[in-house]
Amino acid sequence: MTNKAGRFGVHGGQYIPETLMNAVNELERAYNHWKDDAGFNAELTALLNDYAGRPSRLYYARRMTEDLGGAKIYLKREDLNHTGAHKINNVLGQALLARRMGKTRLIAETGAGQHGVATATAAALMGMSCVVFMGVEDTIRQALNVYRMRLLGAEVVPVKTGTGTLKDAVSEAFREWTSRIDDTHYCLGSVMGPHPFPVIVRDFQAVISREIRAQVMEREGRLPDCVIACVGGGSNAIGSFYHFLNDETVRLIGCEAAGRGIDTFETAATISTGRLGIFHGMKSYFCQDEFGQIAPVYSISAGLDYPGIGPEHAHLHDTGRAEYVPVTDEEAVRAFEYLSRTEGIIPAIESAHALSHAMKIAPGMGRDKVIVVTVSGRGDKDCAAIARYRGENIHD
Amino acid sequence: MTRIREAFSGGRKAFIPFITCGDPDTGTTKAVVHEAVKNGADIVELGIPFSDPTAEGAVIQSANYRALKGGITTDKVFAMVRELREDISIPLVFMTYANVVFSYGSDKFISSCHDIGIDGLIIPDLPYEEKDEFLPYCRKNDVALISMVAPTSEARIEMIAREAEGFLYVVSSLGVTGTRSEITTDLGAIIRAVRRSSDIPCAIGFGISTPEQARNMAGIADGVIVGSAIVKIIAQYGREAPKHVGEFLRSMKGAICSSTASGGSRQSSPA
Repeated sequence: MTNKAGRFGVHGGQYIPETLMNAVNELERAYNHWKDDAGFNAELTALLNDYAGRPSRLYYARRMTEDLGGAKIYLKREDLNHTGAHKINNVLGQALLARRMGKTRLIAETGAGQHGVATATAAALMGMSCVVFMGVEDTIRQALNVYRMRLLGAEVVPVKTGTGTLKDAVSEAFREWTSRIDDTHYCLGSVMGPHPFPVIVRDFQAVISREIRAQVMEREGRLPDCVIACVGGGSNAIGSFYHFLNDETVRLIGCEAAGRGIDTFETAATISTGRLGIFHGMKSYFCQDEFGQIAPVYSISAGLDYPGIGPEHAHLHDTGRAEYVPVTDEEAVRAFEYLSRTEGIIPAIESAHALSHAMKIAPGMGRDKVIVVTVSGRGDKDCAAIARYRGENIHD
Repeated sequence: MTRIREAFSGGRKAFIPFITCGDPDTGTTKAVVHEAVKNGADIVELGIPFSDPTAEGAVIQSANYRALKGGITTDKVFAMVRELREDISIPLVFMTYANVVFSYGSDKFISSCHDIGIDGLIIPDLPYEEKDEFLPYCRKNDVALISMVAPTSEARIEMIAREAEGFLYVVSSLGVTGTRSEITTDLGAIIRAVRRSSDIPCAIGFGISTPEQARNMAGIADGVIVGSAIVKIIAQYGREAPKHVGEFLRSMKGAICSSTASGGSRQSSPA
């Protein structure tokens, strides 16, 4: 009787109000129509290359490698993309798609503000109007990004409901989409939500692993032993993993935000502390209480401060194809500082979670091994928050 | 399920008030349900609070937060319904989000519904495509899984109506729950589309807050659902709310009874 659209094992699906069903069906039809269209892809590639600065560099982190004394570490520099994070890859794709669907208005949720900035950027570039929903807590943590979005012509709506963080911003964006569908595309920022979003966002982010594969082959003449990325919803991670999924020799590791630790309530590590549930349009793992109330999660990183994980990651966890590990605030901050001093690269605090895990495992791996860590974004936006974490009071 | 059918029988226009359980406490909820029955409710829709109610406007969101802050849980709601069932015989349906049912254990949740006397289940984040998630348990336990159609449903209406159970929840307008000054959707057209494939009773909800709106909606449909307007009164008066809600419900019921069946009604068109 029902079809099983967009399932990854038991995960995924389309658990959304009836009001949005035709909108997601229309999006799926449009995506299937355009995704293999030569003109669409030529336009997207031109934008990714000429505007966003792709391909992003694969940088051999010599000093970090020598200091850790184990596996060779390469950094996939998504932080060098225009707008400073991987988010632009997906946004340019969705904005082009939205324009072909005749939409004139983009709405988006944002946590750290990177997806909001990317969406505001694409909207400015394509002459579309843009509204970004951002948890009120995050507008304070990431005040600079709020200003950037406004500068780019977007309206930023602080979301005060619930915990005032990313999950509430997603809820509010869905509510807004329910009330205005005709001219509006919801430019979802991660591999989450109802089908077809997890597929669309993954496909647009898969450019990361397509490039890593070619770049590592060119440099090392072989595949990497390990690819590491941070996971909130999981878009930069799935983008980094996708073209290695069939290469069983490549370990894939997603780093979740453990906040103050997975033995505390102040954590956002979904795989470590969550259980199967249905929320934000998808079946997946969620941090929740015994009655299914979604937990008020916490991480120093606004971008990973989400109580769920994309359905494809949940499935990769179930099958064991990818590993998911928790990384605490303190560990991430140490990695943030370490990369800044060792390589002169200030990573996003989100990406610092992945770097921290690389720092943990690299020394135990042989010098002939190769690790790729995706630096999903740049850390300028985090400097004030990390200073505060270290007890220094500076202004954004 | 038969109790729901009876609520619409003989061309009766069903009045369906919605109440968030545990806002501000279960004692108040029970008193409000009793007021609802006393003032002519034909079915009562009981909301089980959810931390992130994505289909709700500000009014019902706040009620959810107040109730959760007050310590409401699924088990406490079940206990409350058991007590209500000691002297209330009209149909009671739950409105809650998929995760509340799923995380409790779908089978356990829905068999508990049957045991405590719940007649139906409304899950706003469960569209037609996903209803197999709960339908087998609902069938097994004789609990109606109530479907929704929206102004955007268009070609989906007949597919949904054909398999609808209990009654069909017709969403009056785009957006989330909450009072609206006017409802501009061509609801008559939606109900005519339903009638082409089903004789399921249609109840309109979302945005109905005045007796005049209730009268108009009762003229188009078989039932009228009123939520945010009631929840607003509870927010204002707290534990003193029941008598104020009672007065409001009386005025709404009066308006619904005064409506005359129009061309869109179930009784006047062929099934």
